[in-house]
Amino acid sequence: MDDEGTVSLALFSGTDDKLQASAVLTVGAAAMGRTVNVFLQYWALDAFRADRVLKDHGVSPEAGEEGLRAMQDQGKPHWSDLYRQAKDLGEVHIYACADSLEMFGITKDDLDPMVDGVWGVASFFAEATGPVTFI
Amino acid sequence: MTTAAEVTRSIDARGMPCPGPLMSLIGAIREGTVGDVIEVLSSDEGSKTDIPAWLNKAGHELIEVVPEDGYSRFVIRKVR
Repeated sequence: MDDEGTVSLALFSGTDDKLQASAVLTVGAAAMGRTVNVFLQYWALDAFRADRVLKDHGVSPEAGEEGLRAMQDQGKPHWSDLYRQAKDLGEVHIYACADSLEMFGITKDDLDPMVDGVWGVASFFAEATGPVTFI
Repeated sequence: MTTAAEVTRSIDARGMPCPGPLMSLIGAIREGTVGDVIEVLSSDEGSKTDIPAWLNKAGHELIEVVPEDGYSRFVIRKVR
C-alpha cells in the first residue's frame, strides 16, 4: 500500500480511555497503510511500563461512572493488545521520550517490549512530516 | 453473480466493537488465497464505511453489502 504520510501521535495522558482511543487511531492508520510514530511522554510513558501495562489506569474525569461503565461494557480489546495488533499490521513505531524516562528514573528495559526505542523530542519532529496529534 | 455457495470463509463479527470486524477481515485476507470469497457479518456502524474504505485502499473487491436485521453482511473477494 502507498504511504500517504506519517501519522505522529504524542501521548501524554496515561488514562485507559485516552490510551484506548489512541490505540484505535493507530490501528486504523496502520490498516490504511500509514506509518505511525507514537511518542510516549509523562503518564502515557508510565502506563507502558512492563509491570503496569495491564493495571487499572482510570479514565478521564469527564467519563464519570456512566462513561466508565459504557466503556467497559463495549468489551474492546485492551489498548496494549490493539497496539500490538497495529504493529503487526503495519509500520507502527513506539518511542519513549528520553526526558520522561529520566524523570521517572527508568530505562527502556523497564518498558513493555512493544516500545521500540528512546527518542529525544527533536528526533520525533525529525520524522513528523505532518501535524502532530497530542493526546 | 455471487451466491452464498461461493463463500469460502464466513466471519461472524456481530457484537464486536470497532475496529474488531475490520481487523478480523484483514486477518482473513492475509491468511487466504487469491479468489477467496469472505463474508463478514458486522453490527458495528463504523464497518459500513471502514470496510469499503479499507478494501478500496488494499485493492480487494467488495462484491456486495447486504443489510440484515441489526447487522450488515459484507461479501468480499481477495483479489491479490
